[in-house]
Amino acid sequence: MKKEVVIIGGGPAGLAAAIEAARYGAQVLVIDENSRPGGQLLKQIHKFFGSQAHGAGIRGIDIGRKLLEETEECGAEVWLNCAVIGLFSDKRVAVLKDGVTVVVEAEKILISTGGAENPLRFKGWTLPGVMGAGAAQTMVNVNRVLPGKRILMVGSGNVGVIVAYQLMQAGADVVGIVEGMPKIGAYGVHAAKIRRAGVPFYLGYTIEEAIGTDHVEKAVIAKFEDGKIVKGTELVTDVDVITIAVGLRPLSELAMMAGVRHDFIPELGGWMPVHDENMETSVEGIYVAGDIAGVEEANTAMDEGRMAGTAIAKALCYLDANKAAAAETAIADRLSALRQGPFGERRLNAKKRVVEEGAIR
Amino acid sequence: MENRVMKHPILGDLAPAREVTVTVDGKKLKAREGEVIAAVLMANGIMTHRHTAKTGEPRGIFCGIGQCTDCVMTVNGVPNVRTCITKVQEGMVIETQEGYGKTGAAR
Repeated sequence: MKKEVVIIGGGPAGLAAAIEAARYGAQVLVIDENSRPGGQLLKQIHKFFGSQAHGAGIRGIDIGRKLLEETEECGAEVWLNCAVIGLFSDKRVAVLKDGVTVVVEAEKILISTGGAENPLRFKGWTLPGVMGAGAAQTMVNVNRVLPGKRILMVGSGNVGVIVAYQLMQAGADVVGIVEGMPKIGAYGVHAAKIRRAGVPFYLGYTIEEAIGTDHVEKAVIAKFEDGKIVKGTELVTDVDVITIAVGLRPLSELAMMAGVRHDFIPELGGWMPVHDENMETSVEGIYVAGDIAGVEEANTAMDEGRMAGTAIAKALCYLDANKAAAAETAIADRLSALRQGPFGERRLNAKKRVVEEGAIR
Repeated sequence: MENRVMKHPILGDLAPAREVTVTVDGKKLKAREGEVIAAVLMANGIMTHRHTAKTGEPRGIFCGIGQCTDCVMTVNGVPNVRTCITKVQEGMVIETQEGYGKTGAAR
């Protein structure tokens, strides 16, 4: 089977790319292993930041619904419940579809597989009840079940603080948020909501142990200085769930399989494919966008997807160079705007390094 | 089902769904049509999905999105099914997986 464009992963980056490429006339196939597209966007029930152009003040779930509508209208084909199990540098994609492997030959491939939550190792870290913050978010916001009644959050970045609040909205008690650093990592607005709700932050603390026989019953936290637990400072609390929000990593196994050049970029989540300013990797015709191209946010993921979709349409001659340049400049400007301020600047500089290296063929 | 989020300030009330019956380790449980296996287990307070091969330690949900494979169980006799992304079906037989699991369902 042949397709012009194959997009692996139908989250915000993949769908935005599909809409863009299809809009210019390209034949697009989106493959996603979930039963519905949208990725993690449809779990984000909080209001987003950014400028008007980025839907500031609109809940992630509503941005996601709009993206799904536009995907349906754009004419892209979408395969759901299909896992990509192989990707080769000659741009063949092996897909597990209805229990059978189907091979799709593509002219251009976008890998937009997203990210995965990092685990944190401590005594008892494998006990049932210790889970990723994103997992707990999925359980309450999508599956509508509560993982527990008394929850300890580890990590005070945006994910930790937002999910802690969402667990409370779903009816759980959050007993505290533990943060190894001396200050809260999340945006002030999100942290303030948690503070107002009376949830304590344990700054300069870490989780030492999860106690329980076949599930979590207690959590032990302790002061954390110079990368070490301070003995004698332990606090013990009854909990049934410990959620871990210590960052994500790019989910780039397929890119590695295709021989795409990678580098270690700590600010963006670790090992990741390097890419040029059009999101094209070291393997000609293979593009990346979204968290696989460095863990950021849904807004940046969508604009990276649009950038890749535009570049792909140009490479397939659906778009002349002048029109493409204008579209790409507009997207690049929006991306720069999203990477401003104390939080964004670090990512902006890291991205510059990625692009400098990715431009080397 | 006490662990369901019935009311929600943003998402609203839990919409009614058709009921399907699944069997978990020999016990019949009522599930909502279209939900994933992990959801009906969690709704019923079941946290352990499997025991590890070498030391028999319990494991449950970790990532909830099909990436980590910590939550695999034996479903209709097929081991290593990711319960966080596999939907329930009427009459499904779900078993706590021991180690790498065995093919063939207990009925």
